[in-house]
Amino acid sequence: MAKMIEIKNLQKSYQMGKNSLHVLKGIDFSAEEGELVAIMGSSGSGKSTLLNILGLLDVADTGEYHLDGKLIKNLNETKAAKYRNQFLGFIFQSFNLINYKNALENVTLPLYYQGMGRKERQKKAMKYLELVGLKDWAHHLPNELSGGQKQRVAIARAMAAEPKVILADELTGALDSTTSYEVMDVIQKINDQGNTILVVTHENDIAHMCKRIIYLKDGVIEEDKKIKQVRASEYVQ
Amino acid sequence: MFNRDRWKEILEVLTTNLFRTILTAFGVFWGILILIILLAAGKGLENGIKADFGDIATNTMFMWTRSTTKAYAGLPKDREFEFKIQDVQTIRANIPNLRFISPRNQLGGFRGGSNVVRGINTGAYNIYGDYPEIINQDPMTITSGRFLNQNDIQDKRKIAIIGRGVRNDLYDKDEEVLGTYIKIQGVNFMVVGTYKKNNTGDDGEEAQKEIFVPFTTFSQAFNRGEDVGWMAITANDGNSISELKDKIITTMREKHKIHPEDNRAIGYFDLYEQYNRVESLFGAMGFIAYFVGVLVLLSGIIGVSNIMLIVVKERTKEIGIRRALGEDPWSIKKQILLESIFLTIISGMAGIVMGALFIYGVNALLDANGPVDMFLNPSVSLGVVSIALVILIISGLLAGFIPAQSAIRVRPIEALRTE
Repeated sequence: MAKMIEIKNLQKSYQMGKNSLHVLKGIDFSAEEGELVAIMGSSGSGKSTLLNILGLLDVADTGEYHLDGKLIKNLNETKAAKYRNQFLGFIFQSFNLINYKNALENVTLPLYYQGMGRKERQKKAMKYLELVGLKDWAHHLPNELSGGQKQRVAIARAMAAEPKVILADELTGALDSTTSYEVMDVIQKINDQGNTILVVTHENDIAHMCKRIIYLKDGVIEEDKKIKQVRASEYVQ
Repeated sequence: MFNRDRWKEILEVLTTNLFRTILTAFGVFWGILILIILLAAGKGLENGIKADFGDIATNTMFMWTRSTTKAYAGLPKDREFEFKIQDVQTIRANIPNLRFISPRNQLGGFRGGSNVVRGINTGAYNIYGDYPEIINQDPMTITSGRFLNQNDIQDKRKIAIIGRGVRNDLYDKDEEVLGTYIKIQGVNFMVVGTYKKNNTGDDGEEAQKEIFVPFTTFSQAFNRGEDVGWMAITANDGNSISELKDKIITTMREKHKIHPEDNRAIGYFDLYEQYNRVESLFGAMGFIAYFVGVLVLLSGIIGVSNIMLIVVKERTKEIGIRRALGEDPWSIKKQILLESIFLTIISGMAGIVMGALFIYGVNALLDANGPVDMFLNPSVSLGVVSIALVILIISGLLAGFIPAQSAIRVRPIEALRTE
């Protein structure tokens, strides 16, 4: 299996006035294609920072980062934007859909940034909306959708550009447990198709629906173990 | 740039807060409206003043004699002298690049008594003895019959061309004018033509009340001998009369034995210089109109810039999301710039249209109520409108530049954190 993500001795500190806050103190970790990894840890453990660095939204101070075999180093914003578009899909806790665009338009956005033609990207976006079960809701605005539906639109959007890795930051944080399981069910299905997914969460049940859990504590990896996956479909009616 | 999705988004953003957008647009609308009205008013004033010049050839000077103020060559000061008809030849021989030299004589004038009689009608008019060339220097439209010609000069024919004003005074409405006789200071002249002039303003009325007779006839009938009252001299198009003026006057001083430094003996009026003065006045007025207009417009532009900054602030999170999804920063910048330019141009266009309607209204009022002194046909040319458009595009760019810059300065991770 090819290594999708590989990081070596990743360090990051934030300057807070005079004090320097050392958030990541040397992380070594790799994820292979098709993995579904949960990153767990209490707040302040550095899990979101790690995800942001992996998502090219933030830059590490030292350390090496290979994404799909490419060394990520000294990217300017234009280049970073291009990599994010091609290699990465994001799912956020607060959905982050664009309010004045309907579900379909939201999903077409990454394709639009690729410069894909209108017809083609709408067709493709429709395919992914269907995958998350929202085909009939394509022309609804985000505020006409429930939380779970919004998150499924966000998943479709993350999938639309067919990225190498999907990064999910507390994707069930704003959802009740039933809806959370529905969303995780979608995530597992996508993973079954061979997509590499990283999930940051602090909920144990969500983490156990992944195939591997990494525990972060105080900026270092405390534990990294493979687990037996709990299928979310068991909870979904 | 002509991308359906981009324009859809621009419209969506601008219509989200329609009232605010309209208020912002009003600033630019107002600025361009003021600019257009100022320029049109300046143009109207310019047209008005220039109409007062009539169609007169502006590259022209007038020259007449006064008494000498210095003794010279054995002749005393305070000596009266007159230009002679031979002087025309002298000037023509010595000064190149002159187009017309018209010697003129005049009867009547300001507050002159009645000097023309026809039947029981009388009137006081300016009577000019002229050469045919004068029609090129002091243009008029011959409305019936003909103007003077060379044969009239040679044969000293007793004929006259009268103005519309004279005709209205001396003749009944439908009476035939050509072939009739009028008596000028006791001498009968046959009317062979009528004219009208395009002058407006104070002397507009006066300009229609002139009578032109052949120069030679005039000299003989009214005992002027070889004397010339004054001369109207026009230079060729490539030469300015102001530059030739000194040479002409020097030649005349030599001819009439006048002290070379006697500046008062020969009087003159340089129309070209006056015209240029008026021209530069309007140049300055145009500059002021642009200056004030652009300053007013500037405050509108600042308004747009301000609102765009707020829009960017409001959309910080959205911009963060879009950048996380991989939108090129340049594309975001372009979006903000286009929104700003679009808003500026739309409101500017509205201002231009409003300005045009305003000018149209003023013109309609002017037409309905008759001519106004020193104001005629206010208008803006297509050139001015194009300049206004260029100013709008540039200002839209300027207005959008700072907000666009601030939109991409925020790092996506910080933008996403904004709640």
